[in-house]
Amino acid sequence: MIALDVTWRRGDFSLRCAFESRARLLALYGPSGAGKSTLANLIAGLARPDAGVISLGGDIVVDTAQRIFLPPEKRRVGFVFQDALLFPHLTVRQNILFGRFFTPPAERRVEFEPVVETLGVAHLLDRRPRHLSGGERQRVGLARALLASPRLLVMDEPMAALDRPRRHEIMTLIERMRDEFAIPMVLVSHSGEEILRLADEVATFSDGRLTALGAPAETLPGASRAIEGGRFDVTSVLRAPSGVVEEAHGVTRLAHPSGDIVVAARLTPGPARVVVRATDVALARSRPETSVRTILRGRIVSIDKTDSPLAFARLELVGGEMLTAAVTRLALDELGFAVGDDIFAAVKAVALDERDIGA
Amino acid sequence: MLDLSPQDLEAVRLSLGIAGAATLAALPPAVFVAYALARWRFPGHGLVNALAHLPLVLPPVVTGFALLMLFGRRGPIGALLADWFGIVFAFRWTGAALAAAVMSFPLMIRPIRLSFEAADPRLAAAARSLGARPLWAFALVELPLALPGVLVGAILGFAKALGEFGATITFVSSIPGETRTISAAIYALLQTPDGDAAALRLAGVSVVIAVAALAASEALQRRARGRE
Repeated sequence: MIALDVTWRRGDFSLRCAFESRARLLALYGPSGAGKSTLANLIAGLARPDAGVISLGGDIVVDTAQRIFLPPEKRRVGFVFQDALLFPHLTVRQNILFGRFFTPPAERRVEFEPVVETLGVAHLLDRRPRHLSGGERQRVGLARALLASPRLLVMDEPMAALDRPRRHEIMTLIERMRDEFAIPMVLVSHSGEEILRLADEVATFSDGRLTALGAPAETLPGASRAIEGGRFDVTSVLRAPSGVVEEAHGVTRLAHPSGDIVVAARLTPGPARVVVRATDVALARSRPETSVRTILRGRIVSIDKTDSPLAFARLELVGGEMLTAAVTRLALDELGFAVGDDIFAAVKAVALDERDIGA
Repeated sequence: MLDLSPQDLEAVRLSLGIAGAATLAALPPAVFVAYALARWRFPGHGLVNALAHLPLVLPPVVTGFALLMLFGRRGPIGALLADWFGIVFAFRWTGAALAAAVMSFPLMIRPIRLSFEAADPRLAAAARSLGARPLWAFALVELPLALPGVLVGAILGFAKALGEFGATITFVSSIPGETRTISAAIYALLQTPDGDAAALRLAGVSVVIAVAALAASEALQRRARGRE
């Protein structure tokens, strides 16, 4: 559990916020300069608040009124940097074992083998960081932080410097880490997609102030639009039971209550989660005959018109899951869509499911 | 050219010993001061910087004179060290090493400071977030990353200590077998009739030592860089 109430000032910028969270993965969300990275540094002890209290799992690590400031090496908070920040003079193995060396034996809960296996770094162990790609570096960075057996893992935009496939790969690994090692995490991110997929709670920031705290699906659609370029990041997450691989076409068909979801990949068996970008959803009154194979049925529950040419329609799919569609206001007006209408959603380019990559 | 007299050999041996001792003695404080100047903001930052570089700009004779005042038998520090620890600098080879250390200090600081400044300070933060106390973070991350600069500083300091003349001769004079280094010996030889040939031999020896030191520094640096 994280509970904090802090003030931090530098020049014209001030960060002032108070909240508490019991999330397994808490996301800190906001545009650059909103103060989310600063907050991550305050939690890890890499920066010192001007005033306030921070407690982690019930232990007070900062209380300025009582002159308590636990230095980073005593907090047991793992930190993953945007650029991984591996030690360039050490091998991958030495990097990964660095934190373990400083962890008292009694508190070494995370073992070397499972981490190396989960993060897929076994073949990199004898290399130096400069011979690694960006994605490999970040995987080593995650492994390094994990092996210090932290009681909290703070990740400061770990995927911001990566291309899209690598981002999905790292997201998959973060999900596994969250589930396999049971370490609470804080993820700093400005990607709605990352947060919707990974977080179970999100705190949104603007100009050094907390603007919202809640479940990602409810908190983000509105918030993300206020942020530049955010509309392309609005996504929905659909869950489906294990799918069937159609070998002839190399696709996997997932049985979702609102219709079959066809993923252009061979998924490994097991419940699947599918990320759908709002801009990849088209709406129709009747079942459309197009090349799009995933047609889901639902009802419009809200239409959020903005000043921009795009509007956001929230659909409640058969089965109860929510799907956000970004469509032009022109289309809404010409087709006469309204709240309460039954509708077909053609979902194009279903984003990658998490399981097909790491497997 | 290589038929050195026993006195010549004595001077070479003394020079190497004194320069080595001076380098070893000056290196730890030079690393500390360079790190402090590179990483810390504190009141008196400029003053420390100026003091560290003072021997570079002062006439060496003045530095030697200052050492004599402070570390001579009756100087405040010299008397203290002699009475309590039995360490005597005046007219001993230890004094020559002290003078050489003081003179080479500013030359050592610069490359070391630059290499500390070139390393990302967040690497130390990363080490600390992994549980390393500041001293461990320094020993395992910051110092190894600055090693090429430390080596350059050590070699430069050694070369300077080897050639140091003004402060040494002012502080500890030129006593054969005790403080007469190569430089002092060459100077003394030039004052005597027919000393030219011997002076030339010693000059040749100092060229050889200087070139060897440079080659060693190059090799060490290449190895340090290769490990990254």
